[in-house]
Amino acid sequence: MSALLEATGVAVEYHRTGAPPLRAVDHADLTLARGEILGLVGESGCGKSTLGRAVVGLQPTAAGEIRFDGRPVAPLGLRRRPPGMRGLQMVFQDPYASLNPRRLVGDQVGDGYLLGGTSKTEARRRAGELLERVGLPADAVKRYPHEFSGGQRQRIAIARTLAAEPSCIIADEPISALDASAQASVANLLVELVRELDMGLVFISHDLSVVRQIADRTAVMYLGRVVEVGPTRQVWSEPAHPYTKALISAVPRADGAGVLPVELPGDVPDPSRPPGGCRFHPRCPVALPSCAHDDPPLTILRDGRSAACVLAK
Amino acid sequence: MGTLLEVEDLTVWLATRNGPRKAVDGLSFRVDSGEVFGIAGESGSGKTMTAMALLGLLPHAARTGGRAVFEGRDLLAMKPRELRDVRGRSIAMVSQDPSTSLHPMLSIETQVTEHMRHHLGIGRSEARGRAVELLSTVRIPDPERALGAHPAQFSGGMRQRIAIAVALACEPRLLLADEPTTALDVTVQAGILRLLDRLRRERDLAVVVITHDLGVMSAVADRICVMYGGRTAEVGPRETVLTHPRHPYTRGLLDALPHPEGGAAALRPIPGSPPSLGAVPDGCPFHPRCAFAVDSCRVDRPEPVLIGSDHRLACPPDPLGESA
Repeated sequence: MSALLEATGVAVEYHRTGAPPLRAVDHADLTLARGEILGLVGESGCGKSTLGRAVVGLQPTAAGEIRFDGRPVAPLGLRRRPPGMRGLQMVFQDPYASLNPRRLVGDQVGDGYLLGGTSKTEARRRAGELLERVGLPADAVKRYPHEFSGGQRQRIAIARTLAAEPSCIIADEPISALDASAQASVANLLVELVRELDMGLVFISHDLSVVRQIADRTAVMYLGRVVEVGPTRQVWSEPAHPYTKALISAVPRADGAGVLPVELPGDVPDPSRPPGGCRFHPRCPVALPSCAHDDPPLTILRDGRSAACVLAK
Repeated sequence: MGTLLEVEDLTVWLATRNGPRKAVDGLSFRVDSGEVFGIAGESGSGKTMTAMALLGLLPHAARTGGRAVFEGRDLLAMKPRELRDVRGRSIAMVSQDPSTSLHPMLSIETQVTEHMRHHLGIGRSEARGRAVELLSTVRIPDPERALGAHPAQFSGGMRQRIAIAVALACEPRLLLADEPTTALDVTVQAGILRLLDRLRRERDLAVVVITHDLGVMSAVADRICVMYGGRTAEVGPRETVLTHPRHPYTRGLLDALPHPEGGAAALRPIPGSPPSLGAVPDGCPFHPRCAFAVDSCRVDRPEPVLIGSDHRLACPPDPLGESA
């Protein structure tokens, strides 16, 4: 199975005046196959959104290689992207900010078709079809974004990316800004689309329980690195990295038992001055003395899983 | 445990372009001292407006009805000046986003000591000493140094701890926490929930936690009120409400959550969306989205009635009851 999207050794640096560059992503690897959902989780500031933006070319990389469908992804510039790159699309967190409030929904959804060379009337007709596909009434074409709720707007944003006929979607916190019941239905829609259109989906989220439910594989990031990746079921039932374990036990369960979630002491360190050795060692409950100077690479374990921890087997 | 706050028939009208509209409609609940009371619901259910009404912080041109008796006095009938003495002293608030609730340009010392000096009339050095104690209570490392720092120098979780220290400055009896962990990571959230739980044990502090997150409710709340369309759907002990919900809306919220043993099964959303202000349906506000709705639900306004030990339900057909 050849990978649809492959990122190797990706590093992203933010340049700041009067300070050394901040390495938000440092040697991160990701692979995604067709028809697969990869959940990308981690605390805020771990670099998951930056990595997501880098793989679609919205963020220039400082090192590493990103390939989509076998071709290298170049950072987005002023020039039009090569046609092969149209298959790589992104869904953003906030549908209040990602849609233009002054343009008709149908026109915004139809953009992707127009750019693909379709006529204006045809683009509008197909926009209507797409809107129905994502569960909105066909007359949504002639309405404005403010006439819709948050969940419906996110459906419009998804329809907009579908117009480019993508084979891979990067969704950055696509349901975080929505209400509980809208979250479930938008997450379901994304899953259906992936299965139906045989797309790849990178689902970036801080909500571990949603990722657990929908992702085939889960990648956990900490301070700019992928520290564990593997089939979701295994990652959840037997986390190999102590950070993954801490993250999972911090999720409160709505079981009415009144159990307080487990606290992971300390804060995420300043990414401009990451700790030496394993980046997690100052907060790690099982750190060995050697962890302060040895930086473990992401190593393949037996069950199709990789983890960056000396204790992982 | 005595009753600290008794809210009866609280109604909040907000001014809209089409005239006043009810954001909260006849809500009643009580909060005992030292307990954590949870108010759950989706956005627009009226949970934040309830907290704002108690503090007298509603938007201009909003009106209130009903009573909210706190330590023997009706908060809703108080003059602004009287309410100013209660607010920040006996009742304090922690809001969702610590990056907006703390003043970015003022030092932590100024923000933590401001209330103490105003309400308790104590001097600068005494206030400073108390501030150091408070910051160490909420586990800010090196509190002496933190006093001279500004909010931007702290992470989101640390800022929320500081905001809690500000709220605790005058040793309030009641803390209103509106989505206190929604803007935070799960690991940080766990720390804040543990902190709230410890504070109420150590200080006999009552906490009203407002959140849409039933996982958070399950972790900290003793009793839970589920709100929908400005009204109570169901209110009762945590375990009862979360493990044997009787209102179809509560059931729907729980079903919409990702289930640990769900595997690859699809999530189960509640069809439709919550009503917007001024468009709350007649009868039971939930009836257009309810799978169990019968004719009477469209007409009769359901009132919460006692159905079990301290468990009230506003759903006369009671389709999830034992007999059904």
